[in-house]
Amino acid sequence: MKSHGSVKKLLIKKGAEASLYLETWHGRKAILKRRLVKKYRVSELDRKIRIQRTKHEPSIIHKAKEAGVPTPIIYMVDIASTTIFMEFVEGKRLKEILDHLPPDERKRLCRYVGILVGRLHKSGIIHGDLTTSNMILTPKGRIVFIDFGLSEQSFELEDRGVDLHLMKRALLSTHFVHAEECFESIINGYAEVMGEAEAKEVLNKVREIEKRGRYVSKR
Amino acid sequence: MKDGYCLGIESTADDFGVGIVSFEGEVLANVNDTYTPEKGGIHPREAARHHARVAGKVLAEALQKSGIKPKELRAIAFSQGPGLGPCLRTGATAARALASYLDLPLIGVNHCVAHIEIGKLVNKAEDPVTLYVSGGNTIVAAFEAKRYRVFGETLDIAAGNCIDVFAREAGFKSDGGMPLGRMVEEKAAKGENFIHLPYTVKGMDLSFSGLLTATVSLLRKGKYRVEDLCFSFQETIFSMLTEVTERALAHTEKTEVLLTGGVGSNNRLKEMLRIMSEEHDAVFYSVPKEYALDNGAMIAWVGALSYMHNLTIPIDKSFVKLKWRLDEVEVPWVGEKVVD
Repeated sequence: MKSHGSVKKLLIKKGAEASLYLETWHGRKAILKRRLVKKYRVSELDRKIRIQRTKHEPSIIHKAKEAGVPTPIIYMVDIASTTIFMEFVEGKRLKEILDHLPPDERKRLCRYVGILVGRLHKSGIIHGDLTTSNMILTPKGRIVFIDFGLSEQSFELEDRGVDLHLMKRALLSTHFVHAEECFESIINGYAEVMGEAEAKEVLNKVREIEKRGRYVSKR
Repeated sequence: MKDGYCLGIESTADDFGVGIVSFEGEVLANVNDTYTPEKGGIHPREAARHHARVAGKVLAEALQKSGIKPKELRAIAFSQGPGLGPCLRTGATAARALASYLDLPLIGVNHCVAHIEIGKLVNKAEDPVTLYVSGGNTIVAAFEAKRYRVFGETLDIAAGNCIDVFAREAGFKSDGGMPLGRMVEEKAAKGENFIHLPYTVKGMDLSFSGLLTATVSLLRKGKYRVEDLCFSFQETIFSMLTEVTERALAHTEKTEVLLTGGVGSNNRLKEMLRIMSEEHDAVFYSVPKEYALDNGAMIAWVGALSYMHNLTIPIDKSFVKLKWRLDEVEVPWVGEKVVD
């Protein structure tokens, strides 16, 4: 693959799924997201997973924009090297700030997250990895959703339920102190977009999914 | 450090085990008796009957092996959950009887916590991301603020269960006590062609039921070699497990990975997790079989840790908890030096 005129790549995050490098794209700060070969899995499976997700992610990111959910701008996709060039989003990950905010501000942001998730679902997008590490609060106060690598398109109640269930799980494991109130605010925002009735249905699904799990004390 | 010992009884599923450990983590005895069904999976009531039958023998053997006298015991621990009701109750009954007869405090231990703690003990690991995968459990967990948090888990069946059901469908018979999973592993080693099967990772959670259905249906069609199916099936399951463990590792930024549970004895899974760990500069630990499978020593060890933090329970409140979640359990000993 061509070098795109870049001199050297600066690794800023080695995630589970891909490595992120800080780059420039025609003078702009950019992220190069490369899905690297995972030596632990057989090459047939590895290639399939990497190519599938590299193709899929930019297209869903685009659809999310149409739905009114801020996402990074995609500059270029290179399937051969399973690389996506995209906008570098300035700001802080929600994961790092959520626990340190004043309660009202935390509530407001969570409601906002809920609105964005609602917009995704209403447009048939399931994020697939809703965690606070995948949400960036920009200096202007926008929340940008990143990492659509596990997303899928679906209007199914089940998929929406699993998506919100994952959000709840992420809150419980990372922001356990405020998890309940955060999730409540998210649901409030979600209901604003989806409508009370539909939101309730999804929430019931979340409960059903929880009960389906192997480790539930209340049935 | 306290002197004396803790005795632990494990009986969540098909194993009845008794372990005796010191408060420093020395294992003096770890005796186990496994119920083997004539066909099919574990029948909870039959397994419980087996446990009741062997309880006395296993207890006596553990005490004899340890070389200690019952009066040197300080506490009796038992696996309080999660697990199969009849099996749990059998172990609990034995533990209550012992505690009351010897006038010792009783400790209810969470089975999943026990798997993590014994894995840490034998490896001298400090703060790992743990993949606990067995016939009944599939959990990715790590310690965060006072508890083991569940980062990922199966949304339907356990990975080991998935493998066992497939093995039975393929007509594998466990003779000589060889686990079905081991037979799949051997066949998989002879596989050459990778067949694409459903790969379902949702965030850090997993789903195996669709994969199982698809693989069984390919098996029935008879178009593929069993070796290739075993190979592809195993590769798919283990890639999913490794991927979610990797996600948890990246998310928590920890530096150790611990693999435990029955499926953890699979060499291919170990290899995959080792490669993944190395890529993240993390240390990979696996657990010797006697401590990776269900065992009494792990219950005794968490019993000892709990005892030092006065986490005992009165006999009349010692009900078993069939669905006791890992993240409901307080583990005050984690992160502190164990000093009296």
